[in-house]
Amino acid sequence: MQRIGVFVCHCGTNIAATVDVKAVAEALGHEPGVVISQDYQYMCSESGQELVKNAIREQKLTGVVICSCSPRMHENTFRKAAASAGLNPYLVEIANIREQCSWIHKEVANATDKAIILGKAAVAKVHLNTPLNSMESPVVKRALVIGGGIAGIQTALDIAEAGFDVDIVEKQPTIGGKMAQIDKTFPTLDCAACILTPKMVEASQNERITIHSFSEVEDVKGFVGNFTVKIRKKARFVDETKCTGCGLCTEKCPMKKVPNEFNLGLDNRSAIYIPFAQAVPKVATIDPNYCMMMKTGKCGVCSKVCSVGAIDYKQQDTIIEQQYGAIVVATGFNPINLDKYDEFAYNQCPDVVTSLELERLMNAAGPNGGTLLRPSDKSHPHTIVFVQCVGSRCDDEKGKPYCSKICCMYTAKHAMLIREKYPDTEVYVFYIDVRTPGKNFDEFYRRAVEQYNVHYIKGMVGKVTPKSDGKIDVQASDLLANEQLHIDADMVVLAAAIEPDKTARPLATMLTTQMDTNDFFTEAHPKLRPVESATAGIFLSGACQGPKDIPETVAQGSAAAAKAIGLLCKNSITCNPCVAHSDELMCNGCSSCEKVCPYGAITYIDKEFRMPDRTTKVRRVASVNPAVCQGCGACTVACPSGAMDLNGFSNSQIMAEVDAICK
Amino acid sequence: MQEAMIKRAKELLADGSVDRVIGWKRGEFAYDMTPAVFTSAEELDSEFIFDDFTSANVSKYLVKETAKEGKILAFLKPCDTYSFNQLIKEHRIDRDKVYVIGIPGGPKLDIEKIKAKGITGILSVKNEDYTLKIETLYGEETMPFSEAILDKCASCKSKKHVVYDELIGEDGDVLDSNRFDMVEKLENMTAQERFDFWRDQLSKCIRCNACRNVCPACTCENCVFDNPKSGIDNKAPADSFEENMFHIIRAFHVAGRCTDCGECSRVCPQHIPLHLLNRKFIKDINELYGEYQAGADTTSRAPLNTYTKDDCEPSIVHERGVE
Repeated sequence: MQRIGVFVCHCGTNIAATVDVKAVAEALGHEPGVVISQDYQYMCSESGQELVKNAIREQKLTGVVICSCSPRMHENTFRKAAASAGLNPYLVEIANIREQCSWIHKEVANATDKAIILGKAAVAKVHLNTPLNSMESPVVKRALVIGGGIAGIQTALDIAEAGFDVDIVEKQPTIGGKMAQIDKTFPTLDCAACILTPKMVEASQNERITIHSFSEVEDVKGFVGNFTVKIRKKARFVDETKCTGCGLCTEKCPMKKVPNEFNLGLDNRSAIYIPFAQAVPKVATIDPNYCMMMKTGKCGVCSKVCSVGAIDYKQQDTIIEQQYGAIVVATGFNPINLDKYDEFAYNQCPDVVTSLELERLMNAAGPNGGTLLRPSDKSHPHTIVFVQCVGSRCDDEKGKPYCSKICCMYTAKHAMLIREKYPDTEVYVFYIDVRTPGKNFDEFYRRAVEQYNVHYIKGMVGKVTPKSDGKIDVQASDLLANEQLHIDADMVVLAAAIEPDKTARPLATMLTTQMDTNDFFTEAHPKLRPVESATAGIFLSGACQGPKDIPETVAQGSAAAAKAIGLLCKNSITCNPCVAHSDELMCNGCSSCEKVCPYGAITYIDKEFRMPDRTTKVRRVASVNPAVCQGCGACTVACPSGAMDLNGFSNSQIMAEVDAICK
Repeated sequence: MQEAMIKRAKELLADGSVDRVIGWKRGEFAYDMTPAVFTSAEELDSEFIFDDFTSANVSKYLVKETAKEGKILAFLKPCDTYSFNQLIKEHRIDRDKVYVIGIPGGPKLDIEKIKAKGITGILSVKNEDYTLKIETLYGEETMPFSEAILDKCASCKSKKHVVYDELIGEDGDVLDSNRFDMVEKLENMTAQERFDFWRDQLSKCIRCNACRNVCPACTCENCVFDNPKSGIDNKAPADSFEENMFHIIRAFHVAGRCTDCGECSRVCPQHIPLHLLNRKFIKDINELYGEYQAGADTTSRAPLNTYTKDDCEPSIVHERGVE
């Protein structure tokens, strides 16, 4: 006979304000098998847990139902409490009457009814719960960092520093990411390259760090502590181990009209190229879309001039398979595409540029050697207009609903740098709000206004029209003066919103991690677990989780590293005993479950069965490896005969819950 | 055709290539052709039949037959080869134990359509130049062949054999069939009209299980409807709607695996168009995940148990269901 205890939590007023907790305890006390039903103000507190433990001991409970917050919050707390009182922790069920009830309903009567129903479902389930025991699984002491920008570099350096091997996968030919393209950094105006490139070199020289540049993650299998990742090393047609990065091939290459991605297409590069002088690894890459040898079979100059024979036109993509204990995602961001913003004439006029393009135009290693010139006629611009929030804080389809966070500060930086270097240039900034929370940020912005006389105008630019004399007419409204303005500008700079890199979504699918509607990775808890994803063993670093500036990115990179190190330090982790198993007498051996298993936990064996007529029959049946199974339950749904079932979430338990709700 | 098949079957039996032959023999009536296993030349000569009524799909029988010792010769029509392939894919048939001879498909005849003309006491049906000469107890009747063909043959999806060891006769092509026309009609109904249509149809069900027993996708060792642990076996329905759920559950169970062989509707004694449930699934799969024909091969991954990054989001599937 079951002896079930029900414990209803008030959660202060979180639950008790909308749910009549006494009525819930009273109603559930009459459910079959329930011998004790109590309510308490904070069930998760020390004394609340004591209440549960004492009841288990005194009432000799065989099952416990806690009506409280989400099991993601405190299931473990109550399982531990039950275990310490001598009850198998898997005989505890949580009825979520907070997130799924009190927080989303307003009327006490309805919320109370629903809380009772949720409680009844949990009671019905706990009747069928069976004791389960956990196993241990080993942790592979190696981490993978996806993305080689400043976030990924920082994470990798910190993990390596702690003594663990770490691999960086970067899809570009070099690590460095967006920071490598930036000229100066706010609020100190030190040069980005001067602080980034030493870190890049440090990463490449650290013997615990392996950099897979020009590579992408192809496939991820496994689970926390034991991921198996396939990495596609794309053919760069240059042998990385031989190339010395001397750059002779890039000088001699006759095909020099390839838009240079690193300078955002503002100048050209050769078909064989090294993205920039401080690239890591400093290895050439052939662009097969432009290389004449690859396209027509005629040329081969690079191969002839290469003194170490590193050129290999026949190189193929290779797949590396590696085991990892932890994975850190650091896929970063990109400015949004401005094709839809016709009003700013971005596609019509070369002198309308994005802020990132301006970084390159002002950079000493950029297309103009650091002198700010108009892209159209290489003349010195005398009037520059900055437009803030292009696609940020936007409520239409074109843009993003969020604030891109970094634009206010980098625009102040750009304005200040221009005024410093070219005092004859007038700079206008059109803004909705200027947002400068951060250490020394507001001081920085005020310097731009007060010391450098940058014209900050509250209002949006309505239309940008290139004129025949080469000037650009900027039509805008000044909201404070309540007047329409026309500014004859030489250049217009658009602070384009930033969005997560496009590779993030397919990656999230591979990693079974969650994303928000804007494709930023979702953290496990917005306040308390900001660098972990909800999937165990997957951590988040940098702008892939949300817009961030460099100091925040670095801080989060180190935080993600700390979490990964915490995992890698363990020799083994406790496995979830809620794993699948197959009823061999019912299994057809059809392979449906094997096909849907994301962890490769299911294999097939030919097994001999004794039939009712005393003959034997050999049948193909599924067999689950419990150490590999993560209990996702996909197999139980795919199984046509119902042979596959999940410990702790069996078909009959779930049907019992549904029946209890529908009764 | 029948002679050629018997001749070849006898040869293969004689040289020891196969131990048994699965084909069709006459049942109680002249139009009542039922799958049968033959083990000798004599049996073949006296009982083996292949005519306009041998429409039964023999693929499912091979699950049990290949579990036995020895090799069996199976004569498969084009539609049967799809079911055969699907069962190979699900590891239900041991391919090494079957010798497949592809034979021409239909159109086959539907005795119900002949009876619907008021023709009773049927003794034999002969096709003479696409006119049926029907000998009855009360004299001879005639009707056009085209008016008596099985529904499943009228919307034939393929004359191509997707698997065979040898062919008797010619192989055909995959056809551009009109098989989704009725599904479209149902889709265009309002939810209430559609509900009424299915309630009307499914309420005729007498739960004889013929559809399940004939279905080549229903080969579970222990069907959920017979499994005491499933909680639904022998359960007295709470209301008439719950009884209707049998077919809906079955359609879900075979979704993505049903080759649209049409046997469920053919054998239904109550003439419920059960194949429409399956076709709705097939049409949805085609539209949401790209064209897919279950049983067309033995290697491709079925859309419903494959996950690709291009799969449509569940919200799209959900929105389609909203009226």
